[in-house]
Amino acid sequence: MGEQQIRQIILGIIASVAPDADVSKLRGELRLRDQLELDSMDFLDIVMELRKRHKVEVPKEDYPRLATLDGCVEYLSPKLGVVAAR
Amino acid sequence: MHHDVVIIGAGMSGLAAGIRVAHFDKRVCILEKHYAFGGLNSYYKIGRREFDVGLHAVTNFCGPERRNAPLSKLLRQLRLTREDFDLRPQRHSEVRFPSARLRFSNDVRLLIEEVAQAFPREVDRFRRLVRALEVYDDVRLDAPYSSARATLRDRLGDPMLIEMLLCPVMYYGSAEEHDLDFTQFVTMFKALFLEGFARPREGVRRIVKTLVRRFRAAGGELRMRSPVRRILVDGGRARGVELESGETITADVVLSSAGFVETMRLCPDSAPAPADNEIGCVSFVEAIAVLDTPPAALGHDAAVMFYNDADAFEYARPAGIVDCRSGVICCPNNYQGHEDMSEGVFRMTWLADYSQWARLGQVEYQSAKRECEERFLEHAARFVAPIRRHVVCTDLFTPRTIERYTGHLNGAVYGSPRKRRDGRTPVENLYVCGTDQGFLGIVGAMLSGITMANVHVLERD
Repeated sequence: MGEQQIRQIILGIIASVAPDADVSKLRGELRLRDQLELDSMDFLDIVMELRKRHKVEVPKEDYPRLATLDGCVEYLSPKLGVVAAR
Repeated sequence: MHHDVVIIGAGMSGLAAGIRVAHFDKRVCILEKHYAFGGLNSYYKIGRREFDVGLHAVTNFCGPERRNAPLSKLLRQLRLTREDFDLRPQRHSEVRFPSARLRFSNDVRLLIEEVAQAFPREVDRFRRLVRALEVYDDVRLDAPYSSARATLRDRLGDPMLIEMLLCPVMYYGSAEEHDLDFTQFVTMFKALFLEGFARPREGVRRIVKTLVRRFRAAGGELRMRSPVRRILVDGGRARGVELESGETITADVVLSSAGFVETMRLCPDSAPAPADNEIGCVSFVEAIAVLDTPPAALGHDAAVMFYNDADAFEYARPAGIVDCRSGVICCPNNYQGHEDMSEGVFRMTWLADYSQWARLGQVEYQSAKRECEERFLEHAARFVAPIRRHVVCTDLFTPRTIERYTGHLNGAVYGSPRKRRDGRTPVENLYVCGTDQGFLGIVGAMLSGITMANVHVLERD
């Protein structure tokens, strides 16, 4: 799985957790919560959808690493089995 | 069979909790003792006519732009869309006292204008109050109790304005007589005045059926006519339930929407019995009339009208069988998008005393109901129009009806005056959701189920 695919996975989850959120202008380095007005319930849902759909466990202490889209990609790459593209 | 979660009651909160845990692949079973879904907010049919129980208005109505409002949150949490509930907003409602009237709509500016007109000296203080309540955090689970009346007296000068604000707020959610917790007041104030009223075109069945469909689609199991005989407790922990049929269902978590005292009575040996004053006593009679004409044609265009016959408002178990000195009049026709309803519907709700209704024999009970219907027509003539010659049929439900359908002791519509906002009980793994957890209204009930499912099931994994 490539980084782009992981990005798509996360955007797909955001679209189902917060269908009214506009992800078209999302910037990878900025906090998701600030850009999309996600609340703590939405954030928890992102974590739980990851587990439901991709069997990825995210312990509570790692939640801060999911704060941005770039952070998600970096954190989830090894867990989702990304083959480094180089 | 073993379940991750067993939920007692297929009302709004139980169904919403069920959807959450089923969506995240928990094995969940909802047990409903009745043959109808919805609990306190159910519906029934007489002939070809469909009636709602409970629902006057879905409070907390707001548009999609208010992403952090309760309605928006709950739709996201349940993966539902606004179309699923088909909510149609009100035009306006009103609070009517002998010497003042306040109209309000889903835009708080109307209420502020009306306060400015009826209470010119109060309007600045009222504006400050509205601003303070807009940002008040009423959903935290650990807020201490404080008196709403006392807090309002500190913030507003005219006692009648306080009464006029308390009247709708208490009618739509106070389990406590005379006063209510300030946090609960804020929740209701937001739900009624800062957000607003709406109604699904088909009535409450639209919401209940949507929840049931969503729950089943998520893989949940729903069992009707399955009353719970007792909650199985072992070593201070809930282990499951035993049904009246004798069947046992084990579970890691038991979530009960039956009410706190009612729930503890299902496991009497596991904890000291709750005090009697934890049982709610606020109940209502509601009369319904179907008219051959819409209420607007008779000059009545408010979706909901709260009336009170004196300057002071008394919200308590009445001395008589009902208390007609104040009441709520609701007309489903007076919501937007309901213009094509073929008949008019007119509902009036009064405070009632459960114990007096409970004592009546069958014949006396029927004659008390007829007497209430008669008073209903008299009061309708006072506040709306002489509707008698337009009445096609009437129906009436009493505190006894409420107790039978909801299982709430005393027919206490809003449950126990003591709320348990964190949902905990003296028994481990046994939690309450719904009325006695303390979020209010239909949206509140669903959010209660969602929050308890999140906190006590999903987040603890």
